[in-house]
Amino acid sequence: MTWLTLLMALPLAGSLAVAALPKTNEKLVKQTALATTLIVMAATIAMALGFQRDNVELQFVEKYSWIPFFGINYALGIDGLALVLILMSTILAPVVVLAGWNESHGGRWSVKTFYILILVLETMMIGVFAATDVFLFYVIFEAMLIPVYFLIGGYGTGERSAAAVKFLIYSLFGGLLMLASIIALYVMSGAQGGHTFDLAALSSLEMSSTTQDLLFLGFFIAFAIKAPLWPLHTWLPDAAESATPGTSVLLLGVLDKVGTFGMIRYCLTLFPEASKTFTPMILVLAVISIIYGAILAIGQRDLKRLIAFTSISHFGFITMGIFAMTSQGHSGATLYMFNHAFSTAALFLVGGWMISRRGSSTIADFGGLQRITPVMAWMFFLAGMSSLALPGLSSFVSEFLVLVGTFTRYPAHAVIATCGIVLAALYILIPVQKALHGPTTPGNENLSDLNLREKIAIAPVIAIIVVLGFYPSPLLKVINPAASHVIAQLGFNDPVPTNGSK
Amino acid sequence: MMSSHSLVYLIALPLAGAAILLLAGRRSDKWGHLLATGLSASSFFLGLYQLSLMLSRSNEQRPVGQKLFEWISVGTFNIDAGLMLDQLSICFVLLITGVGTLIHIYSISYMSHDPDRRRFFAFLNLFIAAMLLLVLGDSYLNLYVGWEGVGLASYLLIGFWNQKLAYATASKKAFVMNRIGDMGLSFAIMIAFATMGTVSFTGVKAAAEHTSTAALTAIGIMLLLAATGKSAQFPLQAWLGDAMAGPTPVSALIHAATMVTAGVYLITRSNFIFDAAPTAQLLVVIVGAITLMFGALIGTAKDDIKKALAASTMSQIGYMILGAGLGPVGYAFAIMHLLTHGFFKAGMFLGAGSVIHGMNDEVNIRKYGALRKFMPITFATFGFGYLAILGVPPFAGFYSKDMIIETAFNSGGIKGIILGSVTLLGAGITAFYMTRVMILTFTGTSRWDEEVHPYESPWLMWLPMAILAVGSVTSGYLLSHGNALVNWLSPLFESHGEHDEFLPPMVVSGLALAMVAIGVAIAFLKYSRSDVDAVAPSDVSIFTTIARQDLMQDRFNEAVFMRPGQLLTSVLVKTDEAIIDGAVRGVGRAAMGTGATLRGVQSGFVRSYAALILIGAVALIAAIWVVVQ
Amino acid sequence: MNAANYLYLSAMLFTIGAVGVVVRRNAIVVFMCIELMLNAANLSFVTFSRINGDLNGQVVAFFTMVVAACEVVVGLAIIVTIYRSRRSASVDDASLLKR
Repeated sequence: MTWLTLLMALPLAGSLAVAALPKTNEKLVKQTALATTLIVMAATIAMALGFQRDNVELQFVEKYSWIPFFGINYALGIDGLALVLILMSTILAPVVVLAGWNESHGGRWSVKTFYILILVLETMMIGVFAATDVFLFYVIFEAMLIPVYFLIGGYGTGERSAAAVKFLIYSLFGGLLMLASIIALYVMSGAQGGHTFDLAALSSLEMSSTTQDLLFLGFFIAFAIKAPLWPLHTWLPDAAESATPGTSVLLLGVLDKVGTFGMIRYCLTLFPEASKTFTPMILVLAVISIIYGAILAIGQRDLKRLIAFTSISHFGFITMGIFAMTSQGHSGATLYMFNHAFSTAALFLVGGWMISRRGSSTIADFGGLQRITPVMAWMFFLAGMSSLALPGLSSFVSEFLVLVGTFTRYPAHAVIATCGIVLAALYILIPVQKALHGPTTPGNENLSDLNLREKIAIAPVIAIIVVLGFYPSPLLKVINPAASHVIAQLGFNDPVPTNGSK
Repeated sequence: MMSSHSLVYLIALPLAGAAILLLAGRRSDKWGHLLATGLSASSFFLGLYQLSLMLSRSNEQRPVGQKLFEWISVGTFNIDAGLMLDQLSICFVLLITGVGTLIHIYSISYMSHDPDRRRFFAFLNLFIAAMLLLVLGDSYLNLYVGWEGVGLASYLLIGFWNQKLAYATASKKAFVMNRIGDMGLSFAIMIAFATMGTVSFTGVKAAAEHTSTAALTAIGIMLLLAATGKSAQFPLQAWLGDAMAGPTPVSALIHAATMVTAGVYLITRSNFIFDAAPTAQLLVVIVGAITLMFGALIGTAKDDIKKALAASTMSQIGYMILGAGLGPVGYAFAIMHLLTHGFFKAGMFLGAGSVIHGMNDEVNIRKYGALRKFMPITFATFGFGYLAILGVPPFAGFYSKDMIIETAFNSGGIKGIILGSVTLLGAGITAFYMTRVMILTFTGTSRWDEEVHPYESPWLMWLPMAILAVGSVTSGYLLSHGNALVNWLSPLFESHGEHDEFLPPMVVSGLALAMVAIGVAIAFLKYSRSDVDAVAPSDVSIFTTIARQDLMQDRFNEAVFMRPGQLLTSVLVKTDEAIIDGAVRGVGRAAMGTGATLRGVQSGFVRSYAALILIGAVALIAAIWVVVQ
Repeated sequence: MNAANYLYLSAMLFTIGAVGVVVRRNAIVVFMCIELMLNAANLSFVTFSRINGDLNGQVVAFFTMVVAACEVVVGLAIIVTIYRSRRSASVDDASLLKR
């Protein structure tokens, strides 16, 4: 059965169904969208159950010729890494639809258009992780920008157009560099046994180290913009500030993961030598991101910008884990991608509810919410605890794995990064105190607590955060083989305990 | 190690209590406190059952373990969610659940007027569960979960009345300072894994023999950093005084009897590391010595009864840390002092709560006085705790504290003399400030406002106080009778050769009692003979001013960390906007500017276009001409 | 007669046409100048055809004539329309391409 194509087709079919509905029946539009995302989620879980977790080869492989003249194929396939990310995307989609039930109102276009965009985006989110043809990957990578551009620019708040354009141009710039690298790869493949865009074939190309370095940079810069790594991060706070909470969740939770996913799948696989050359530099950037993102988060007055900066810090951890080249770091980074999606989703969704009730995203406008809206306050607190990686919650497992994995090879980097956990306590507890504690700020007395729909939307997110904190094994068992495979292909072994006798 | 199936219930019961109360919400308001108390008590009885099982086995057979499930497993980093109950952890289990249950009972009455009492009990149960996980975890990483878990519970309970901004700030401060300590624990775990390839207690213990002293010293220092955070030791002690913002039962349970002693547990548990890393061990002793003086000095100047007791806690934990830093001879005494301190300090805190309760939430001891007549039971139980902390024979503190002083003296050389003197001096100052609290609160003339009508607390409150008072009287004798605790714990620690006795025990006890007598006498002369102002005098010496401000620790932290940190933050925020994002926006603006300039050429006049084409064509031809020529 | 002379003539006609396009304002005159440039080019093609002794140049000249005829049709139509709406045949009045 062609699982992956089915997964990609389902949301597309859903979007067609939504398009066929009358514009005025907004409720039906929303219900159809929700039903579609739920079906996709169920289908993904069904597919995941058939995944052989000890098999490091690509699974559910499909390959059809697309543009034979250029050797372009429609080729799909997933390993543990891609499976985890697809699961993450498809679980988040219904949550976002349900949580943001009303956020499409007041947009530049109709409610219907909003859900069409969301569903089309979901198709691409699955495709971008499943593609094994570099050209197909590139097409989806760039095409994803379009719905997001319209989601930010059409349905956001504040200076939404400017933020959308900034996001688009930043991403296009990176995409262009990647395109140049891809074309170079294609040309070289022609000289070495036939033009192809097949990832596996391209990874065995022979090239000089200078070529490899340059092509690596083309890919890496594109991904470093996506996964925002310091100093290419400035589009993210603006985009997150202007986008609706649901869009922000998809943007930070899924789209940005394409960057870190790409680092593993494309940078490390296609350019092993260049990856090693640039590792020291990238690790420094990652550590800077961790500390810099955290400090800037502390300094923010706007709740959405604050969350965006915490994500920059978290992406620093993920990148550090990837390039630490140890199995703990690598598995931790992959798990981190999954966990970060949910803790950030919780923060953004609950934060979004707070903001829409209060009509302001300035932290100082809140105050004393704990007494007025206890459930909402608790959810925000829990999401915050997850963001600061409290043991017992999911992000702790991944953050600690990244730190331990990095420490065994690069102790200095790990030590500086660990200071980030103190900063994390500050950037979470300061808004928690300002928004939830203290006396009630005038004007907040009548805010309403979460309603049933919102509770149902946030419940699975919190459940995932808590359950994976205590029992991450099911995911780790899927991730580990893929991670160690990548590490082994690069020729790395985990450092052996030294007993301190260096 | 023998395996057991029932350890998990010790933790699961209170954890379930917390979950039920938090999820059920207001629906459980009526019965929530009873459920929480019942679950805590069941945990205590389970602990007693485990103790009885342990007693029935031989020394080597006593530790039991339970593997729950595979927690984290990547490459060689394999951590099971596993529990371990041995001679050391059972002491803590009984202390936590025993004192914990008493404080649950006390709180039923103490918090009866609070609309959020259910939430309070949920947090208490959460704390009990986390603390039990801390002492039952079989690896450093499992311990870490409990370690941060108690930090979370402490944060929630300090900030229980967080509608007051100062209280919310106090809870945040506690959490952040604790996190600095937690960072130390992270480092310790990372170093342990990198050097030994394992982080379980048994694994590290086995590997420690083959590990270089440098690595062990690094681990030891990092564990010490962790301990200073959680146990409010120098230099991370500043949060404890503010933590008194929490309800008094919390101060008794978390910030006196159990959580703050976690650092002592950590060091004692890691004895195999510290025994092999003399430098780290020396640092432990130094930290203990500094803190015990630090706390004692702060205690002399505090007018808030809870803050005075908090300073005393800090100082007493300094004794324990010092004891634990003295190596194999000291571990058991540190634990003994920890247990007796758990009784008498919790008892005194509950007594203070009773006073505060009867005095309309007044905490200033200068506004107390003559309460002996109005609160006889509180006076009696507080008094037993007082005698215990002073170390008057035969009360509990006499046995445990004297042992630490004696061991300090006997640790040899100049170090022994210095440590011995510090501990002796500390005992004297302790006697002074505790007597001061005693006199100002219970004796002399009344200084309270007219609308206050002190009354004795109901039985639900004084019963736990009375039980703890019994503990304050008897626990020291029971634990040291026939070296009971020392022998019980001995299988865990390296056996040690006999030290030279610098001073015989009788002399040490005599010296300690003399110091105590001097301290008590000074306090009597100063406070009992003359009238005390209801308002703290402001024309005091510079030393008193400094002591009132917690020896300037907050000012130091503010000046050295907080303000530069805030400055750095605001500078970075501005640079990010101006330079990094500015560069990006600059590129955008440059493109727009170029476009605007070039747009002028597009005048719309057909003839100018035609002229341009012509010029272009001519220029092209000319260029080709030049090239061809 | 020297074939190069035709080329000189062609260049002169072309220059006259080009200068006319740039200098004159009247759309009809501009149009005629364009025609002049086209025919100058045609003359060059035919001359080169003669010099090289094959028919390619003459074929291209026919093409150009067809294109020129089409251009006349479209161009005159535009000019007439503009004249109707603006009451002027000056090319400077029709600077609508600016924005």
